[in-house]
Amino acid sequence: MQLVPINGSAEISMSLSQNAYRDMSLSMKAGLGVFGFGLLMLFVSLTGASNDSPALFFFLSFGLSVIGGLIYIVPQIKKYRAGIRNNHIFFSSVMSRGASAWIIGILFTGFYIVLYWFPELISNWIRLVDPLSLILRGKSADQWFLYGTFYTLAVLVMGTRMIVKYRHSRYQILRTSSVMFFQLGFAFIIPSLLEMLNQPGFYFTYFWPLRPYSLWPSDFQNLLAHPGGLGIFMIFWGIIMTFVATPVLTYFFGKRWYCSWVCGCGGLAETLGDPFRQLSDKSLKAWKIERILIHSVLVFVTVTTSLLWLNSYFGGTILGNLSGNFASWYGFLIGSVFSGVIGTGFYPIMGSRVWCRFGCPMAAILGIIQKYFSRFRITTNGGQCISCGNCSTYCEMGIDVRAYAQRGENIVRASCVGCGVCSAVCPRGVLNLENGPSEKRYHLP
Amino acid sequence: MSHLVIIGNGIAGITTARNVRKRSDRKITIISGETGHFFSRTALMYIYMGHMTYEHTKPYEDWFWEKNNLTLIKGFVQSINTDEQIVRLNDGQLIHYDMLVIASGSKSNKFGWPGQDLEGVQGLYSKPDLDLMERNTKNIRRAVIVGGGLIGIEMAEMLNSRKIPVTFLVRETFYWDNILPKEEAQLIGNHIIEHGIDLRLSTELKEIVPDFNGRVSSVITSQGEEISCQFVGLTAGVSPNIDVVKNSKIEANRGVLVNEFLETNITNVYAAGDCVEFRTPKPRHPKIEQLWYTGRMHGEALAKTICGERTAYERGIWFNSAKFFDIEYQTYGYVSNVPLEGEQSFYWQHPNGKHAIRIVYSANDYSVIGFNLFGIRFRQKVCEHWIREKSSIEYVLENLGEANFDPEFFIQFEKSIVGLFNEQNPQKPIALKKRRGLASVAV
Ligand SMILES: Cc1cc2nc3c(=O)[nH]c(=O)nc-3n(C[C@H](O)[C@H](O)[C@H](O)COP(=O)(O)OP(=O)(O)OC[C@H]3O[C@@H](n4cnc5c(N)ncnc54)[C@H](O)[C@@H]3O)c2cc1C
Ligand code: SF4
Repeated sequence: MQLVPINGSAEISMSLSQNAYRDMSLSMKAGLGVFGFGLLMLFVSLTGASNDSPALFFFLSFGLSVIGGLIYIVPQIKKYRAGIRNNHIFFSSVMSRGASAWIIGILFTGFYIVLYWFPELISNWIRLVDPLSLILRGKSADQWFLYGTFYTLAVLVMGTRMIVKYRHSRYQILRTSSVMFFQLGFAFIIPSLLEMLNQPGFYFTYFWPLRPYSLWPSDFQNLLAHPGGLGIFMIFWGIIMTFVATPVLTYFFGKRWYCSWVCGCGGLAETLGDPFRQLSDKSLKAWKIERILIHSVLVFVTVTTSLLWLNSYFGGTILGNLSGNFASWYGFLIGSVFSGVIGTGFYPIMGSRVWCRFGCPMAAILGIIQKYFSRFRITTNGGQCISCGNCSTYCEMGIDVRAYAQRGENIVRASCVGCGVCSAVCPRGVLNLENGPSEKRYHLP
Repeated sequence: MSHLVIIGNGIAGITTARNVRKRSDRKITIISGETGHFFSRTALMYIYMGHMTYEHTKPYEDWFWEKNNLTLIKGFVQSINTDEQIVRLNDGQLIHYDMLVIASGSKSNKFGWPGQDLEGVQGLYSKPDLDLMERNTKNIRRAVIVGGGLIGIEMAEMLNSRKIPVTFLVRETFYWDNILPKEEAQLIGNHIIEHGIDLRLSTELKEIVPDFNGRVSSVITSQGEEISCQFVGLTAGVSPNIDVVKNSKIEANRGVLVNEFLETNITNVYAAGDCVEFRTPKPRHPKIEQLWYTGRMHGEALAKTICGERTAYERGIWFNSAKFFDIEYQTYGYVSNVPLEGEQSFYWQHPNGKHAIRIVYSANDYSVIGFNLFGIRFRQKVCEHWIREKSSIEYVLENLGEANFDPEFFIQFEKSIVGLFNEQNPQKPIALKKRRGLASVAV
């Protein structure tokens, strides 16, 4: 949601919040009302009251939340002129780590814990999306379909908000449309339809090592076991994307082609996570931790994958359970705890890209390519920087952009996902994302 | 070991300190009274608007200073004794220096208006000013801003973000038309009005009227109109803050007087940044430069001189930038508000009034002299190169794509710009040669 300040701990934020509330237009209030009603219905559904008519309750909860959200967001086109409007963000409890942020963080985190380990607690929600699942997949829903539905709707509604907010920037409009498109089409509808056709529910936009299974022997076996050529094509696709498309595209465009245009995790961060981007830690210490962690995960996934292949080569005779243990620990620690619980659950506390920055092994590889073999950089426009700090503040990856900009240096950082927000918020037009000859990228004054 | 003492932790003082540290390991002490650490004055508005907190405006993390062996002292220098080479702080502390840099910045102008010291009336220069503004603008119904410069419009945007109605008194016929040509001044004026600001051109402040408690209750304008308000922002420019040299042997006029090496009349005493007045500036250079960029360039040059490599301050091809609400402004080279002898200018404006470009060129050899850009970003090094190399207006227009610095996918205006030029100069039509993008950049 585009959040309005709601707590009044300091005096100023009190008067501000009053201002901001008084300032809400009728349609925004109506939107919030409808959204609230939808949420209420969602919680009512948890009791099982919805089980007799899931389609109706699906509309009342999911449907009305989405409609309410859009009614709240879209009329802001008229209300606020196009341009950078980060007003009041640091007076808002939700967006600046106040009490409401902690409550939302706990709710998000709790949701992930329930989803991964206690799905029976939300079985009534799963029933709610049965009708949709039947249409798309030809079978009833499970917790992952429920999650996919939440996820996709979040990306679509908050993506709309992102587009409204940055409607003066064609880069932001296109980029956000792209992540919305890939989430809806390639991470939700296509895998569902494949399942309907009795094919593997394949995600064409996730590859090794973000989805490590893509290159694990078990996945190969499963896909090969599928009748028809599609399974073989999918194996092929996975290999090509990891070993050919990834380096080539990253060479030409930087890691952004994936992280902020295609990836689903990135897609959620760029939409649902946008209100929290300013919370990322910019300190040098955080950068040090980032480099250690993210590369450790990359090593972890590489070792796991190698062990699995070794083991499969030797028919399981040498390594015994070792590779299996590695694999299940990887799935638990990295796949669930890191990317889900912490990665998304902590949005309101640590910012929107915790997983992408500290954990994602795909980002690690893309980052190495971006840093050493790419045509991408953020160009700094001569001496125009006034060291104001907007770029660093709004960098979701915690890059201290200003540190480079104020020295007139280009920014070539492994972690940069190319979201382009630094360039958008800079009041002096100092920063520009560009592809060009790779030799002169590290330009010093 | 030689001890360098710097008064003022603004961009000028800090740039000097950092660059001296890069070249030498002498003792460096920075004394400043406003804030404990260097922060970006240019970002004050964003704190008020809630885009950032004060912490975000610090360009260096707090550990930076100790790590680089830069000693920070929070306090005001009361006096300087140049014979003994000692500065005295307001808490009585005496500090001996071998070299002294005065980088004390500016103060807001007040022109002796009746009521200028009332409660609720203030300028905006420092962090304490911002904190005061926070208190002064709580629960008010209308604010009046006096003085149509860059700080005035920032203040208007700040108050606007809090939904406080603003009346903006501007002495000039068009906003900032002492700097901007009329078309640009009008474009920005319209944009200000679009944002709901009550812009009063050709209007001056006559008097500020108090209520019973000594707080501002209204202003009276030069037109004799009385405008009820609870806050008055005085933003009619700034002047060098020379209090610290007043009772010393260091010469000052409006600012601390220096030569092109930023040396004062006293050996081993230098000055940099806003507080400086050049004794003999080069033609077309001002005596006093009150900008972030110039403060930084002063510091860079001065650090060399201090470290024994005596270097004249050279500001290069002039540039500046600002943002007027949503319209970004960049300028390169010289564009004067009224056309000068021997100069011609070409002006293009988008019908939506949000994008414009002016190129000033010589009427004799058609070489470009300056650019004004609104809602369009240009590459500084390309513009500098064109101006330095005296490229002709035709060449520049043909290669306009080279300078384009707008983000990817943004609408490009080159065709429309060149189209207009060809319409006005049909004798030899110009064809665009370069696309935008790094691949086109030749310099
Ligand atoms: C709201 C605002 C917006 C601005 N925006 C821009 C912009 O967009 N672009 C641009 O180019 N410029 C801008 N400027 C101007 C720019 O900020 C100044 O030119 C620049 O900060 C001056 O730097 P300085 O180091 O000379 O002085 P300052 O930054 O003023 O630093 C001097 C410091 O010395 C301290 N001091 C003074 N006397 C003493 C003493 N006796 N003892 C101890 N300490 C002392 C002062 O308290 C102050 O902290 C803006 C200014 C303001 C106020
Ligand atoms: S936002 Fe722009 S002006 Fe501000 S610090 Fe970053 S690059 Fe510099």
